[in-house]
Amino acid sequence: MDTNAAAPAIDVQGLECRQGERTILHDVTFSVAKGELFFVIGGSGCGKSTLLKHLIGLLPVAAGRIAYFGRDFTTAGPAARREMQKSFGVSYQYGALWSSMTLAENVALPLQEHTTLTADERREIVRWKLAQVGLSGSEDQYPSEVSGGMRKRAAIARALALDPQIIFFDEPAAGLDPITSRSLDRLILEIRDNLHTTMVIVSHELPSILGIADRAILLHRDVQGILAEGAPRQLLAESTDPRVHEFLAPEDVTAAPRSP
Amino acid sequence: MQTQPATAATLSVEETTEVCRLTVGGRWERADQRPQWSPAPGAAFRRVEVVVTPLERWDGSLVIFLGEVRRLCEKRGWPLAVQGLPAGIPPALVQVQPPPARTNGYTWPWLSEIGLATRKLGYDLRDYARFLGNCTIGFGQLLLRPAHFRWVDCFGQMQQCGALGLPIIGLISFLVGVIMAYQSAVLLRQFGADIYVADLVGLGVVREMGPMMAAVVVAGRTGAAFAAEIGNMKANEEIDALETLGLSPVRFLVLPRLLALQLMMPLLALYANALGVLGGLLVAWGLLDLPPITYWIETKGVLDLSDLGTGLFKSVVFGGLIGLAGCLRGLQADRSAAGVGKAATSAVVTSILCVIVADAVFAVVFNILGL
Repeated sequence: MDTNAAAPAIDVQGLECRQGERTILHDVTFSVAKGELFFVIGGSGCGKSTLLKHLIGLLPVAAGRIAYFGRDFTTAGPAARREMQKSFGVSYQYGALWSSMTLAENVALPLQEHTTLTADERREIVRWKLAQVGLSGSEDQYPSEVSGGMRKRAAIARALALDPQIIFFDEPAAGLDPITSRSLDRLILEIRDNLHTTMVIVSHELPSILGIADRAILLHRDVQGILAEGAPRQLLAESTDPRVHEFLAPEDVTAAPRSP
Repeated sequence: MQTQPATAATLSVEETTEVCRLTVGGRWERADQRPQWSPAPGAAFRRVEVVVTPLERWDGSLVIFLGEVRRLCEKRGWPLAVQGLPAGIPPALVQVQPPPARTNGYTWPWLSEIGLATRKLGYDLRDYARFLGNCTIGFGQLLLRPAHFRWVDCFGQMQQCGALGLPIIGLISFLVGVIMAYQSAVLLRQFGADIYVADLVGLGVVREMGPMMAAVVVAGRTGAAFAAEIGNMKANEEIDALETLGLSPVRFLVLPRLLALQLMMPLLALYANALGVLGGLLVAWGLLDLPPITYWIETKGVLDLSDLGTGLFKSVVFGGLIGLAGCLRGLQADRSAAGVGKAATSAVVTSILCVIVADAVFAVVFNILGL
């Protein structure tokens, strides 16, 4: 699918996102380079998840253009879109593992549907993918039998199954304790370094944002779009917009002035 | 620190023609008697002032009191000012606001309601058409490439909706046979036509009640289960996960269920027929002293293949309707626990309604065709 070697992994031009009748975001323009760890950040309700759903094709684009590796995704026909979707992996907020299947079957299903591997070959790949996320030995457990952190890891293994070029994460740290969340961050870094996968992460977890992000866009309700773009630490150091600091600066809650 | 004797909540009211000043003090607790402010019905103040002096203690009862004052002021159109409001009660809570206009923002709310409902109907119809189209395409692909179909899921569903439903369907059909036999026995015995109980029960069960009772039980058992399971998967983003992997939820979730139901329904109807006839036979034997063999021969004589065939054909259609309704309601469910519950309810209602309507249509069509 590498049609254009020079093109960025993701190129979004003037995207307008609507949910039903309501415009959530307008004129969103950014691009993500190959192998970049790119964060979409912002407070609750600013449209992060909506943007993600548009990027992966779950919601129809109202206006604008999304291109992957130089190929237009918005105007592609259903077959071409499905083809392009196979090159993404998506890790959903609560894992979204298929609850009637074991972890191994969850990882195996994309392989079974989209490759010509035999059952034995699939089993090897599944063992490898699960080992990669540190879940060796839990192959035959059902999603309801494992902890939230393990479910997240299994979801990442499933997202990795087809060796995607881009992985999207929706709130990887949602509902996890800080230690599990840090280990997940380490896992994301490792995968990027080993496989050179492009990562797009929707998050509002400050430690992850400041810890592992190469670059980020900060969405804000007031502007219904991108408020700031750049490396998070640099944004924190250089931005003059108080709203950027409000989001990124780790503030002491008790020292904050009481709202009237 | 000296413990003070508990003082109750106090309220003093100063009324002039211009201003009504309420001074609040003491100790406000929910368990105690709360003072009331009741201005004279004819009173007309320019404004109302509430002064809260430092209170020994206060809780929700003060909030309730202030709310009552605010509502009274709103009703009578007096501006309200509160001084010394304790920290912890947001000032917005005691502001007098004009009563909100009860419209949806349009000049003629009822007209726009009709418009919105019509547009929603249009969207719903489009969804139904798209769903049916996807199912048809899926069936086409199933015929072209049967090896690619998820037979394992299909067999699992067949077991769920077929084999595991046998006890309840058997019991209900048996009882329906018993009831029909009783009803007809009472009437036919007056004319000495006892033997025709077999004809009545046989025809009624095989043509109508067997397929119908099987369909009603399956709608309640399996249709609701489809809607709840698929709705829950949607709430859990599992459907999204299928779609982003380029896998169609219709092919993956709907078709195995639909096919399973359509394959199992005729078998369930056949089983329901048998149990219904058995119920009639036992009643005739016990109540009318009709020998079972006589009853059986009479039943065999009155039934022909078209009676059985129409019943089984109907049950295939019923199975399709129940499966479609259950899966569609599941896919349409809101992403919440309440949404899943609503989807299950709606699936049962929709499928029973469709089954009854289809049965009525079949009755007319079969009559015209002479079947």
